[in-house]
Amino acid sequence: MSDSHYIPKSKVGKWFNDRLPLLTLANHLTDYPTPKNLNYWWTFGGILTFCLITQIVTGLVLAMHYVADTKLAFASVEHIMRDVNYGWLIRYVHANGASMFFLAVYIHIFRSLFYGSYKSPREIIWIIGIIIYLLMMAAAFMGYVLPWGQMSYWGATVITNLFSAIPFIGEGITTWLWGGFSVDNPTLTRFYALHYLIPFLILGLVVLHIWALHVPGNNNPVGIEIKKPSNDTVPFHPYIVIKDAFALLLFMIVFAFFVFYTPNILGHADNYIEANPLVTPAHIVPEWYLLPFYAILRSVPDKLMGVIAMFSAILILVALPWLDTSKVRSAVFRPLYKQFYWILVLDVLVLGYVGAMPAEGLYLLVARIATAYYFIHFLIILPFLGLIEKTNPVPLSITEPVLAGAAMATKSAGENKIENNLKSLG
Amino acid sequence: MKKLASLFILFTSILFFQNQSISAEKPKFLETDWTFKGLFGKYDRGALQRGYQVYTEVCAACHSMQYLSYRNLAEPGGPEFTEEEAKFIAASFEVLDGPNSDGEMFTRPAKLSDKFVMPYENVEASKAANGGAYPPDMSVLAKARKGGADYIYSLLLGYDEPPADIKLDDGVYYNKFMYGNKIKMSAPLSDGLVEYNDGTEATKEQMAKDITTFLMWSAEPHLETRHKTGFRVIVYLIILSVLVYLTMKKIWSRVETKI
Amino acid sequence: MSDKKQKNRRDFIFTATAAAGAVGVGAAVWPLVDQMNPDASVKALASTEVDISSVKPGQSITVVWRGKPVFIKRRTQDEINKARSVSLDELKHPEKDEDRVKNPEWLVMLGICTHLGCVPLSDKGEYDGWFCPCHGSHYDTSGRIRKGPAPINMEIPEYVFLNDNTIKIG
Repeated sequence: MSDSHYIPKSKVGKWFNDRLPLLTLANHLTDYPTPKNLNYWWTFGGILTFCLITQIVTGLVLAMHYVADTKLAFASVEHIMRDVNYGWLIRYVHANGASMFFLAVYIHIFRSLFYGSYKSPREIIWIIGIIIYLLMMAAAFMGYVLPWGQMSYWGATVITNLFSAIPFIGEGITTWLWGGFSVDNPTLTRFYALHYLIPFLILGLVVLHIWALHVPGNNNPVGIEIKKPSNDTVPFHPYIVIKDAFALLLFMIVFAFFVFYTPNILGHADNYIEANPLVTPAHIVPEWYLLPFYAILRSVPDKLMGVIAMFSAILILVALPWLDTSKVRSAVFRPLYKQFYWILVLDVLVLGYVGAMPAEGLYLLVARIATAYYFIHFLIILPFLGLIEKTNPVPLSITEPVLAGAAMATKSAGENKIENNLKSLG
Repeated sequence: MKKLASLFILFTSILFFQNQSISAEKPKFLETDWTFKGLFGKYDRGALQRGYQVYTEVCAACHSMQYLSYRNLAEPGGPEFTEEEAKFIAASFEVLDGPNSDGEMFTRPAKLSDKFVMPYENVEASKAANGGAYPPDMSVLAKARKGGADYIYSLLLGYDEPPADIKLDDGVYYNKFMYGNKIKMSAPLSDGLVEYNDGTEATKEQMAKDITTFLMWSAEPHLETRHKTGFRVIVYLIILSVLVYLTMKKIWSRVETKI
Repeated sequence: MSDKKQKNRRDFIFTATAAAGAVGVGAAVWPLVDQMNPDASVKALASTEVDISSVKPGQSITVVWRGKPVFIKRRTQDEINKARSVSLDELKHPEKDEDRVKNPEWLVMLGICTHLGCVPLSDKGEYDGWFCPCHGSHYDTSGRIRKGPAPINMEIPEYVFLNDNTIKIG
């Protein structure tokens, strides 16, 4: 990296930096050459960092007032909502923050899928990202249990029972997870401890995620490797910082709208009823961000196979860099992949929708087709598409097609296509 | 982009028609104008005070409100009784306290810091007294039911003669809005059941509206602050967005790339 | 000229943005700080009523008010005389006994040593009042500091006699 020779100007700075090169790090982060054609879909990395920090800070505050005891948990949440100064605000930010976090992470993932950011040499960034996503789901699930409402209790019961599907040792594992013979006080306290731990694991992984990113540098909408630094890049500060800040503010407006005007719309009314082990709510659904996987789980009629299908749906993403055989990264230059990409987006939305509906009749049929298509996309379509697809010509640099176009009197069909593609990058 | 838009339209229309077909099965909630909805929604103080009266005189015989304290009645954003009125209300209830220096429990008039007195000592006692059905605690009821205030308002006015094909056991009543149409609470409101201190005519609809407003407040006591703060926060964020946008334009004007 | 104008405008936008951002961060931090202040339910418990009918002369009882011990001592005539005969010059924190009690027979004070917050022992120490075992502060029969590291006399809370047998603290 070009910044390894950075020398601080002040004497004190140099003395400190020789012992702990924090200033070198800061200099690397500010000067980090970033492709200048990044679009707004790239701002979600910064937004996700904001989400993580918000969850940790508000969570820390809630932990000062929350009591992890089956007899007191529900009342302590009501205490936060009623009596603690700004308690209502902090809890609503935390609860809606989880949803906003997932909204941002889905956009982030689908951006990566569109522009092929998971491909060589960025496989490790992608895999760390998948682990972060898995940890996020674990944290969100355990956090949802803590208020000890009806959905908390029955969600915990249903999800922990997934493990009972494992042959021979399943029952033992479930009992071990519960620390009893049903979801009860020991379960609540351990979920609380883990819910507190996981965000810090995520934080550590985020550092690795960014570290791994800074080795090859950002992918970009054109999907080509670029020289850094060069005409094609801008320093991270102030160019990318200010753009991320602007996108973050727009995101915060949406966030604020949820928190202040419809704070409970993403939750479930039953969770304002205290947990009752004797009565199951009429209709159990997980939070919206888990619905696609819930649909996959229910679409398989066998208990064990359903669980396997659900976990495979996530783990299959780890193999994605090798399942996608195309050498071209960005969907902009892959006319066929672009179509399949949008079909996959629709497929996941459909899965999410049927996940919220009762598992019967037409819904079940749709869920099964959508589940099958999900796996077909990754296991069959992507490997073959890379082999047969005729991609459009890819420019040599971000600035090249524009400059070349200005210099030449006549344009070839290929260059015309490049320009059109670049236009469609938005 | 075009494709994305068409997919989006397709998907939302599926959702829309789906919701239509679901809502067609259930009767639509009765409509009334709530003052607490909307960007600047506030509670109607009169309705809250009357609602409290309906609660104590009608509901409190069976329904507890365990998360409310008498002090809440005098807090801003609520019914806003004066502190003296709230103290007077509290003192009209007896609470168990102790043990005293002799190790004995004793009763005393409630203070502002005390929680609302419960009609039954525990859930089992309430079930035993109500034919096996537990009258739910009402502190957060308005948030604990799908449809919220609209649902509660409709339920209170949704009692009707059962259709010919439905047979009801003793102690079970027909209600258009109840899940499964069977409810174990008899119609709680009738015209003139309470006599309002402020002279408002106590029709069934009026009482239903007042008690529902009261329940909405008890479930969401900081709603007014939330709306007020939310408006300020969003206005601030919009202003800051504009400033940051201008800053961004200035900074990016140094390179030729459009953003 | 227009270049300079442009530059000024740019500087203005940068400054305005930074200032507005700083205000927002400050406003966002306040709820996170304020949540640690006493909440509404704690503030509501601000007063306690105590029945003192069973306290005999020379005895003292300790009651809890806002989570802190309050000493209620029914002083004998001897103890009252002792407290009132001291001249103010001898005191580290000069206060008349008359100003520390509403009824000379009853001394009501926060049972917390003003040094570092321990609870002093009663009827101990060189002045027959209280003695703090933590760092050796001696208090007299009026709860005034006489010897040791504590800087001021033990604090008198707000209280009223509701009747002969009941004190309301707070």
